[in-house]
Amino acid sequence: MKVTREELLHIAKLADLKLEEEEIDKYLLNLQDILNFANIVNKAPVEELKETIGSNDNYNVFRKDEIVEFEDEEALLQNAPEKEQNMFKIPKVI
Amino acid sequence: MNITELTVHELKEKLDKKELTVSEITKAYVDRINEKEKDVNAFVTTLTDEALEKAKQIEEKLSHNENLGEYAGIPIGIKDNMCTKGIKTTCASRMLENFISPYDGTVVNKVINEQNMIDLGKLNMDEFAMGSSTETSYFKKTKNPWDLSKVPGGSSGGSAAAVSANMVPWALGSDTGGSIRQPASLCGVVGLKPTYGLVSRYGLVAFASSLDQIGPITKDVEDSAILLSIIAGHDEKDSTSMNIPKKDYTKSLKNDIKGLKIGVPKEFFGEGINEEVKTSLNTAIEKYKELGAVVEETSLNIAEYALAAYYIIACAEASSNLGRFDGIRYGYRAKNCETLKDIFVNSRSEGFGAEVKRRIILGTYVLSSGYYDAYYKKAQKVRTLVKNEFAKNLEKYDVLLTPTSPITAFKIGEKTENPLEMYLSDICTVSINIAGVPAISIPCGVDKEGMPIGMQLIGKHFDEETILNTAYTYEKNTNFREKYKPTFKGGAN
Repeated sequence: MKVTREELLHIAKLADLKLEEEEIDKYLLNLQDILNFANIVNKAPVEELKETIGSNDNYNVFRKDEIVEFEDEEALLQNAPEKEQNMFKIPKVI
Repeated sequence: MNITELTVHELKEKLDKKELTVSEITKAYVDRINEKEKDVNAFVTTLTDEALEKAKQIEEKLSHNENLGEYAGIPIGIKDNMCTKGIKTTCASRMLENFISPYDGTVVNKVINEQNMIDLGKLNMDEFAMGSSTETSYFKKTKNPWDLSKVPGGSSGGSAAAVSANMVPWALGSDTGGSIRQPASLCGVVGLKPTYGLVSRYGLVAFASSLDQIGPITKDVEDSAILLSIIAGHDEKDSTSMNIPKKDYTKSLKNDIKGLKIGVPKEFFGEGINEEVKTSLNTAIEKYKELGAVVEETSLNIAEYALAAYYIIACAEASSNLGRFDGIRYGYRAKNCETLKDIFVNSRSEGFGAEVKRRIILGTYVLSSGYYDAYYKKAQKVRTLVKNEFAKNLEKYDVLLTPTSPITAFKIGEKTENPLEMYLSDICTVSINIAGVPAISIPCGVDKEGMPIGMQLIGKHFDEETILNTAYTYEKNTNFREKYKPTFKGGAN
């Protein structure tokens, strides 16, 4: 499958990434290369097989829905690039 | 006696006999780091002063017979994608350059808080563990102690190089597609990827959650068994960790493999595998026969399918996992953003490096409408095929034996321009993660340039004992560590 420039830009937009002009050609080439190789999965003898989602058969692991308070608020907020009082600060959205 | 050449079980013996103190051991490692770090670049963060201080505190507590862990006072290095409370956890990314975790991950908690080991620092890696050479780190390029002009492998390249250069006695790595085993192989040390679900991933920054596992990188197999015994175990905070009884893996080390059935998949010895690697592996196979194993050729024709499926699945999961980095609660935030969307887009575009962006784009592509069926869904079916093929082989054999890496360590910069070529260097390791089985890499020789060659032993789900004993028996009868040592040749001067 051929990847177009428009497709790449669309995918980057979905991933919230902005590509610089000089990155676009490089990524196009890389992506095409990798996809050409990855296409081998379409030749694998898997018609009869179901999909495997995880590496083990652990399925629906339940626990009680109990709240555990994380008390070190300061440690949680210390990594925020911008904050005010006890809140994360972002630009005005409305 | 050169303290930093000793394995952990040797250090422990000397501590118990009071021939060494915790401070002496820690000081020896701090001195070694101060001497070698400028050549090797293994650490993102060194904690040498803190380590010396903690050594004193532990000694004090030990003198009052306080009940500390069995390995209290033994230093350790930790890959920089495991959350350490109060210490930076960067994932070798600009995105997390200043991130300080508010909590310790489960494995970190076990080694640092429960065992009272001494953290010597956070080890370099490929950015977000995406790479096979540690060259995608935002901060520095780690060098291979056997030849400083070559890569240490990756993504746990800092961990493997630090163990190999005797800058830490052992280290924690993480393995999504070979990131413990391949650097261990390229640096001549022992690396174990446990069965998926044996070790908790809580506090390990997620790359591909259905493949990631934490494991030990050590000087020898006995240390690997010791560290695995410490870190394994069910954790409520990781619902994929299995609730099975804890084991003491050192009990499996018998130095006896008579009657053991070893399968050698012929496809792992074909085109693309370096001749010297093949020769070295064949010598190891002869050794196993001599030691009483029954070795047979078998077929496991999935390596290429598995590699393709791996890059589809791992990138798909990564594109979702890395969605959390938005510049709001933690991580890099771009300057001069007017809207919320600007913060997301600019922070991600500036905060992630080229390889991480490449994989997010690939992952987003294979999950996007129109391509989901052709790539992602197919890859999940290939995963079933790979699991089935491994199951078939592991019904017949106790252990499968392959090279860990098709080549020995390559030059720094040699593969950075061609991502696909870099991906192909994972051909021997990724299928193990896809199948979820355990595998260990141990050194089995060197090439004509003196670079280490690794052998990979693959076992059944949750049967780490058999691969550990198989590795141990080989090690005891060949003594790689006595014959070969890193030379630190090839430096800039």
